[in-house]
Amino acid sequence: MVSAHAQATPTGQRRAASSGDHEAGHPSGDERFAIIDKALTRGRYAQDHLIEVLHVAQDVFGYLSPDVLHYLARELRLPPSMVFGVATFYHLFSFDPPGAHSCTVCTGTACFVKGADEIVGSLQETYGVPPGTTTADGNFTLSTARCLGSCGMAPVVVVDGEVRGHQTSGATLEAVGAALGDTPGGSPEDA
Amino acid sequence: MPGPIDLDEVASAELEQRGRYPWRVMVCSSTACLASGGQAVRTALEQTTEAEDLVHDVQVVPTGCMGLCSRGPLVRVDARGSDSTLHGDVTAAMGTAIIRSRRDARVTRETDGSALDMGMPFFARQRRTVLANAGLTDPDGIEDYVAQGGYRAVAKALHTMTPEEVLAEVADSGLRGRGGAGYPTAKKWALLAAATGEHKYVVANGDEGDPGAFMDRTIMEDDPHRVLEGVILAAYATGADRAFLYVRAEYPRAVERLDRAIRVARRHRLLGRRILDTDFGLDVTVRIGAGAFVCGEETALMSSIEGRRGTPRLRPPYPTERGLWGEPTLINNVETLANIPAIVADGAESFASVGTAGSKGTKVFALAGSLTNTGLIEVPMGITLREIVEDIGGGIPGGRAFKAAQTGGPSGGCVPAHLLDTSMDYESLKALGSIMGSGGLIIMDDTVKIPDVAKYFMEFSRDESCGKCVPCRAGTVQLHGLLGRISDGQGTRRDLDQLESLCRTVRETSLCGLGQAAPNPVLSTLEHFRSEYTDLLTDQESSDA
Repeated sequence: MVSAHAQATPTGQRRAASSGDHEAGHPSGDERFAIIDKALTRGRYAQDHLIEVLHVAQDVFGYLSPDVLHYLARELRLPPSMVFGVATFYHLFSFDPPGAHSCTVCTGTACFVKGADEIVGSLQETYGVPPGTTTADGNFTLSTARCLGSCGMAPVVVVDGEVRGHQTSGATLEAVGAALGDTPGGSPEDA
Repeated sequence: MPGPIDLDEVASAELEQRGRYPWRVMVCSSTACLASGGQAVRTALEQTTEAEDLVHDVQVVPTGCMGLCSRGPLVRVDARGSDSTLHGDVTAAMGTAIIRSRRDARVTRETDGSALDMGMPFFARQRRTVLANAGLTDPDGIEDYVAQGGYRAVAKALHTMTPEEVLAEVADSGLRGRGGAGYPTAKKWALLAAATGEHKYVVANGDEGDPGAFMDRTIMEDDPHRVLEGVILAAYATGADRAFLYVRAEYPRAVERLDRAIRVARRHRLLGRRILDTDFGLDVTVRIGAGAFVCGEETALMSSIEGRRGTPRLRPPYPTERGLWGEPTLINNVETLANIPAIVADGAESFASVGTAGSKGTKVFALAGSLTNTGLIEVPMGITLREIVEDIGGGIPGGRAFKAAQTGGPSGGCVPAHLLDTSMDYESLKALGSIMGSGGLIIMDDTVKIPDVAKYFMEFSRDESCGKCVPCRAGTVQLHGLLGRISDGQGTRRDLDQLESLCRTVRETSLCGLGQAAPNPVLSTLEHFRSEYTDLLTDQESSDA
């Protein structure tokens, strides 16, 4: 079964460019919405571009707030339920602000076989956060990924965007410690 | 409108350009080599070339994956008039030394021991068709691709062949889908060719989600024009006028390179209206996923392209009848499409001369786990697992013994040691309760506990279940719970019985391939490693043989 809203044609053009039933842009005047507007225009406001625009919005804001999702629903003339439904379906979309620093541990098969679980465990113990969450001070996000496709160098972690191969718990803790300037947010004592 | 590309002219200009340099130094710039310091090596190579005033002598080329990821960063030197040299574990200092050895015309001590034997089985046993250019060319340059013979197949097909003839060529080649199921490619194409609609679509499935698999990523990143050429040929043979490349968002570099390849191909009149001045036209767009394993399933993938939740639906109707926006749609895996240019350019016979009776051509495998040599390989179908593990992979390191090879990821199964001589083809793997899958090949040594592996895959399937049908949504949760109890040493014979019976239920009643295949890792390991489960049961004394 397919909802009527999902029947947009690939080229879209559902929305006449001149339809002036609301003011352009976000009422807050936040300039970051202009980047989203640009992405919407590039996709000609076609509803099937929703996932692309969600990616852009997450790049711009770091996460998808209810406000941003409502804005996209309005601009694409989709029910909010559909926008929220699509956004929450896909793993890569996040609904909480990310920490200032991050570590993603690959838990793909090759990394699993080579002990990725231990690395996740030691990070979780040291920083007191389960995977997928951020320390209370907003300084550090721990996450896991299903295969970063660098299986030849398993186990692999990504610290602040930098891919590191052949890791051990110790090496990863050291790298994360260095990224955080050796002042772990939510240190073990606080946990 | 500018005229279409003159392939001969571009190729000869590129080859002439290359010929000006006595030295061509290729530095692997794929993900694994970059992660082990490849960027610093590239910088050292370029800066030294500049500093030593060798810019007219040495051409430094960033290339795609050279394959032997475990020895990265890799640098290959092709010197005119002598054999090529491949250096492994290259550091920035060694990069500098490599260039200086050109200046001094002698090898320095800094690079001692870095040269890899290019006759070693890892390289010698491979047969590269899909990966022919990977590691040799700059993926961003269409000139490189054309110089290697690229887009000749499109020119040949559009100028000298009817769509029916292209389809017949693919049928004669015996090519089967490389995404895992192995459906004959030409059969699918014939269905689309026979279908009618306002538009007809071709989709390249680049949603490579199996953890442990990076074949398609490498193909898309390292030879994006080969993928495009395959798409153009598929569209021509089937009468499609629009195409999508669906790429998972975890592969930003693949997205970027395919996007650029599309732009360049359009400029050269290889895409768009009136391709190469013929009446055939095709529009290609990249669509990005957002992290959902189930989107590799074709009906879920289409749903995602339409901007919706990636949930599958019942088949039939198959996509070739009712696909994107209700129109006929062909969905082929990226590796399948990347095989097409060679089939059309060199003929079906040449392709079919490689492989076994039922499985023709080559297969790309991502080799990972407990092996001396890990990375990406392309081998003829029908090679034995033993040859891959012992010769190409160089055996198990650290004095450990081979225990099992896992193929097909969370939808596949394990091949135990006594079946190492299994031929790697669709039928043989299926007969063992595993599948060819998309090409992820994880080698496990005797330290690995098999029930843990089964639990790991079930956790994956549980997390990735889209939730639409009950057998998969609830079944994977229950199966994961049972596996957890057993691997923790809390399970009973009853749990094991229930595990097996629930596996069958989930396999037989799930809506799509994800659920139907989710029990495979459990069932296959129960078949080959049953005692590892029964030894963990609390009432194991009653476990029968």
